Amino acid sequence: MSARTYAPNERDPAQQEAHFRYVLRLGDTSLVLGQRLGEWVGHAPALEEDLGLANLALDLIGQARLLLTYAGELEGRGRDEDALAFLRDAPEFANLTLAEQPNGDFGHTIVRQWLLDAWQLEIYEGLRVSADTRLGAIAAKAIKETRYHHRFSSGWLIRLGDGTQESHDRVQAALDSLWRFTAELFAADDVDERMKAAAIAPALTELAPRWSARIDEDLRAATLKRPAAQPYPWHGRRGVHTEHLGHMLTEMQHLQRTYPGVRW
Amino acid sequence: MYTQALDTHGKEPLPAATGESGAQAQRFQARVDAEDKIEPKDWMPDAYRQTLIRQISQHAHSEIVGMLPEGNWITRAPSLRRKAVLIAKVQDEGGHGMYLYSAAETLGISRAQMFEQLLSGTAKYSSIFNYPTLTWADLGAIGWLVDGAAIMNQIPICRCSYGPYARAMVRICKEESFHQRQGFEIMLTLAQGSGAQRAMAQDALNRWWWPSIMMFGPSDADSKHTAQSMRWKIKRFSNDELRQKFVDITVPQAQFLGLAIPDRELRWDPGTQHYLIGPIDWNEFHAVLKGNGPCNRERLEARRAADEAGRWVREAAAAHARKQSTRTPQAP
Amino acid sequence: MSEDWPLYEVFIRSRSGLEHKHVGSLHAADARMAIEHARDVYTRRQEGVSIWVMRSADIIASDPEEADSLFEPARDKVYRHPTFYAIPEEVKNL
Ligand SMILES: [Fe+2]
Ligand SMILES: [Fe+2]
Repeated sequence: MSARTYAPNERDPAQQEAHFRYVLRLGDTSLVLGQRLGEWVGHAPALEEDLGLANLALDLIGQARLLLTYAGELEGRGRDEDALAFLRDAPEFANLTLAEQPNGDFGHTIVRQWLLDAWQLEIYEGLRVSADTRLGAIAAKAIKETRYHHRFSSGWLIRLGDGTQESHDRVQAALDSLWRFTAELFAADDVDERMKAAAIAPALTELAPRWSARIDEDLRAATLKRPAAQPYPWHGRRGVHTEHLGHMLTEMQHLQRTYPGVRW
Repeated sequence: MYTQALDTHGKEPLPAATGESGAQAQRFQARVDAEDKIEPKDWMPDAYRQTLIRQISQHAHSEIVGMLPEGNWITRAPSLRRKAVLIAKVQDEGGHGMYLYSAAETLGISRAQMFEQLLSGTAKYSSIFNYPTLTWADLGAIGWLVDGAAIMNQIPICRCSYGPYARAMVRICKEESFHQRQGFEIMLTLAQGSGAQRAMAQDALNRWWWPSIMMFGPSDADSKHTAQSMRWKIKRFSNDELRQKFVDITVPQAQFLGLAIPDRELRWDPGTQHYLIGPIDWNEFHAVLKGNGPCNRERLEARRAADEAGRWVREAAAAHARKQSTRTPQAP
Repeated sequence: MSEDWPLYEVFIRSRSGLEHKHVGSLHAADARMAIEHARDVYTRRQEGVSIWVMRSADIIASDPEEADSLFEPARDKVYRHPTFYAIPEEVKNL
């Protein structure tokens, strides 16, 4: 990444739009994943796990707030974190498709979490040296949280994979079912290319092999099989979602939509 | 949250019936009288142990069942700030449950046994959590009133004669302080908001006021076991004393919010310098405690479902740990 | 098949320079999980910078019934305490 200083005023509108989109995608992914984890609180397999999942959710909601606030500023239309979270419809959401997938059983939730933790580890690590110092600061905070998330999720992946026959089968099934969404994690598009060229974001092509190696290492410890690559394109980041997101937003946005324009 | 004065609702084993030596019992009572703390391995009357197991486990159950009505709104919290606060609060309640189960486990009962008592419906928990959270304002009312009542109940337990319970309670009370404030803040925002928001706040107060008042348990006249618990310094104030304190501090807060307390007979009594409330509907209290409240069934079913759905996970972790311990060579 | 996780005792160092202090217990299937649970349960408000966990079953405690013989004998050894010695006020730095 170049050492060129980031200067927000020098950018052209297309660049500004890409910058906004890039931060929005990160924020939406954290928000949607945090919202999913919030569904678990009070219903986890053990009381200690309730607290653990709640901690993950809190970290992710915290990341979402920082990122969405910043995205709103980049956009320059006066939208704050809540306007972005509660007043956009599904096609305007830019999260990774994997993040919005329903919780399923605990194994399902752990696999989704672990795949995304490993992704965030690479992304935030790369963003720490971003030419965008604001984004770099957010990433520096988030990377610490994410390291713990990965410790938590990979620990569970290994316990479930190398636990009982039932747990092994369940978690393998979850992996087989969710794997198709991983193709989106490192598929660079115009937004990513622009951000990379401006030294704001790391090159996804460089991150992918590192993610893959980490995934393989954890899978080995968990005695699980890596599913075959499935290149079907999922485009949550471009606003094309699975059916699940609409339902999640209906629930999440209910109060803001029913009582517009008031303070909570 | 949340301890409720439930201590009057179990079979209190009589100290005399256990046949323990009088000298030991006397020494024990002398230590309690001297405000010495009783610790897990110390000798204690069996009735003291049983009373504590029952009270602490009921208290623990209340904390974790209490996660449900508020957890019901995590996915619908109306701002990201409120969502974060709510998750943190519900999580705290889970932590409180854990501290309390830990304290109870020092008395010789396992968490599995206590869970079993909860899930089979033999254990009680605070009746307040059998009421539904129907609107967002209920989250404000719970923090303000229910956590408020719980704090009132719990602060004296910080000085309980049983060390592990007292220490758990100190930690809990420290954490509770934000719960009530965030609830009041929700109420204040609604009370100063739109007409619909004010109506929502008033409706929540209407539904949560009396159940909160009942959290202090039956009136002293009907509380048979208060005296023994007081002697053992498990309990420091009577139910009615605590209830009065709660009413006295809460009524002005409601006035500040501009909300009406749903009690036509409520009045300030200059003679006693207290607010006097109208009669409490104890039939409702006992009905809810017996399992006939609006949400008793749902709450227990939710706990059972979580326990059932989590069994394979807990088994897997235990199985993995067994594999690891046979597999890993001992560290040099 | 057993699904009950063993009990662990948790000790937290609240900041460097201080000793680890017992804070409570929790259930966990293995040591790694015990550390994670301790972190999630007992350090939500920055209560610590270091965690110890140990299986509760591995703690060996003194018997309260023996407290007299274990701890009373120290009571009359008052000469171990500096206040036992009378030193004139004028003498400094002692
Ligand atoms: Fe609590
Ligand atoms: Fe509370």
